[in-house]
Amino acid sequence: MTYPSNIRIVKVPCTGRVAIIHLMKAIEKGADGVFVAGCMEGDCHFQAGNLRANKRVAYVRELLQSIGMEPDRVAMYNLSSGEGPRFAEICREMTDKIRQLGPNPVRVQGARKAEAA
Amino acid sequence: MITTTPSKLESILAAGHFAVTSECGPPRSCEGTVVDEKARLVGPYVDVINVTDNQTAVVRMSSLASCIRIKQLGFEPVLQMTTRDRNRIGLQSDLLGAGAFGINNVLCLTGDHQRFGDHPSAANVFDLDSTQLIQTVRQMRDEGKLLSGYEMNVPPKMFIGAAENPFADPFEIRVLRLAKKVAAGAQFIQTQCIYNMDKFKLWMQQIVERGLHEKVSILAGITPMKSIGMARYMKAKVPGMDVPDDVIKRLQGVPKDKVAAEGINIAVEQIQELKECPGVRGFHVMAIEWEEKVPEIVERAGLYPRPKVD
Amino acid sequence: MIMAKPKPTEEIIREIKDFDNILVAGCNGCVAVCEAGGLKEVEILASALRMYFANQQKKIEIGEVSLTRQCDKEYLAEIKDRIGGYDAVVSIACGAGVQFMAEMYSKMRVFPGVDTCFIGATEEKGVWSERCQACGTCILASTGGICPVARCSKRILNGPCGGSSNGKCEIDKEVPCGWQLIYERLKELGELKRFEEPTPAKDWLTSRDGGPRRLIKEVSQI
Repeated sequence: MTYPSNIRIVKVPCTGRVAIIHLMKAIEKGADGVFVAGCMEGDCHFQAGNLRANKRVAYVRELLQSIGMEPDRVAMYNLSSGEGPRFAEICREMTDKIRQLGPNPVRVQGARKAEAA
Repeated sequence: MITTTPSKLESILAAGHFAVTSECGPPRSCEGTVVDEKARLVGPYVDVINVTDNQTAVVRMSSLASCIRIKQLGFEPVLQMTTRDRNRIGLQSDLLGAGAFGINNVLCLTGDHQRFGDHPSAANVFDLDSTQLIQTVRQMRDEGKLLSGYEMNVPPKMFIGAAENPFADPFEIRVLRLAKKVAAGAQFIQTQCIYNMDKFKLWMQQIVERGLHEKVSILAGITPMKSIGMARYMKAKVPGMDVPDDVIKRLQGVPKDKVAAEGINIAVEQIQELKECPGVRGFHVMAIEWEEKVPEIVERAGLYPRPKVD
Repeated sequence: MIMAKPKPTEEIIREIKDFDNILVAGCNGCVAVCEAGGLKEVEILASALRMYFANQQKKIEIGEVSLTRQCDKEYLAEIKDRIGGYDAVVSIACGAGVQFMAEMYSKMRVFPGVDTCFIGATEEKGVWSERCQACGTCILASTGGICPVARCSKRILNGPCGGSSNGKCEIDKEVPCGWQLIYERLKELGELKRFEEPTPAKDWLTSRDGGPRRLIKEVSQI
């Protein structure tokens, strides 16, 4: 399976483990985007982990919007663990979306500051 | 018969007649003449005229001021007081003011929540509730004392009324609540307007069973439906209102230009039917923004002219 | 517990945008229970603020701390050495905590980061509702353990009012009619005769109406 090399994967036992702060920190520390890939709704091995993740992603999207950042930098996707090609497709989709949005403004400011220093 | 106050309403009831009351909604301005016109329109056809108190929490000319105008025209007002906007100090103060102008009837209400009105962000008061207001008025009248115990030189002589809604929930508690208001001092009751006749009669039956009809005079609330829109609105949007589908169907069954007239027909029929209902001692005709129909309803219901009492 | 909810981030930003060093201070008490002001919320708010100011090209330090409670000076004292390094504090404790923080560190600008809402309890995770109005004269013994001051929109004591419908309050279908609840509880307990006697006017002197309140327990004073 090939997927773009700009994807950094963080493995969790269940997307229910993903907390709001993890998504916030990803963007704060300079990731251009972060997506949560969880099991299909109804198929969560731990009952509702992916549903919780979905809510948290929605929360972070709203929070980003409130501070003037693009909510689309954070997204939730559902797929089954056997769907390799689908995963690759998601990676490409997310990459395209983020390319359209441009680099993370937090990171860019940081780079400018470093240059200015 | 014995009366406790100079109230004409009390005298009419004491003499055994059906009482007829109506309602005046004051304007949302300083135009006192609006009150005068409404009073002149319904005055000859009723015993007393209620004035609402910032009904549905919408700011209107005060009930007290409107009652004074009505009194000065030679009619007898009923001061409606809600406990939503004034604390016990303000309420007792207004009662003294009312007494100073010879106003002898008060209807004690809790009041619609201010969220319904045009100032939803106002702080509400609710220092007292309607039952406690009844207790207060009774104490002022019978003991000559304010709630604080202060003795007034000249106390107000108020005939005390309360509202009851036979259609609110829980149904089984409505009679208990009426009993409580009577125990607190309520002497007459004006009910919420009736469309569900069966439920109303069931409520009256329970009141009669407890003997409450002998302690308090129940005036049945009657409001004519002006349009199908009004009927639907009341069914869906007004708290504690029970409008059976049959009523709406009946209005839908007549040509559009005859709906209002049919609404009047229904109102008149209701009065005729309720005259026979044990415990019903009169009618409170609320023709909101349609006061000009009150004379017709009272006449067709066989309640005109109004009896004279000393 | 005292229940609060986070203020809109935009509002907080408006207050602190001209400072260079901000401390976000949480509280592990009530506001942590209602997930508005505990350590987790400190971290999330601090992260959001850093991102915002980075985008604005404004250099700003955002510190993070969460205290056991902000309503006790012993706990507030834990940051006394650190606080001097900041220009302002955003306290996401309840109103009492924010004020105590401001009292103790009176030269520091202290801004509230939550809206304190009510005294209540956790119905289920994520749902908290009001139960007590702190009226100062508890009448729960006579209402089957359900408070009409807190749960009746009109705080009437001889309820229900004429607007009660299908067990719900006239103001909102989601709000149960407090008096319907009381009625059903008293019925269950066989205490319906409490409905027959009118309850007289309440003495509001012990509540907020009487003025700011203070409790002293002499035996506990040093």
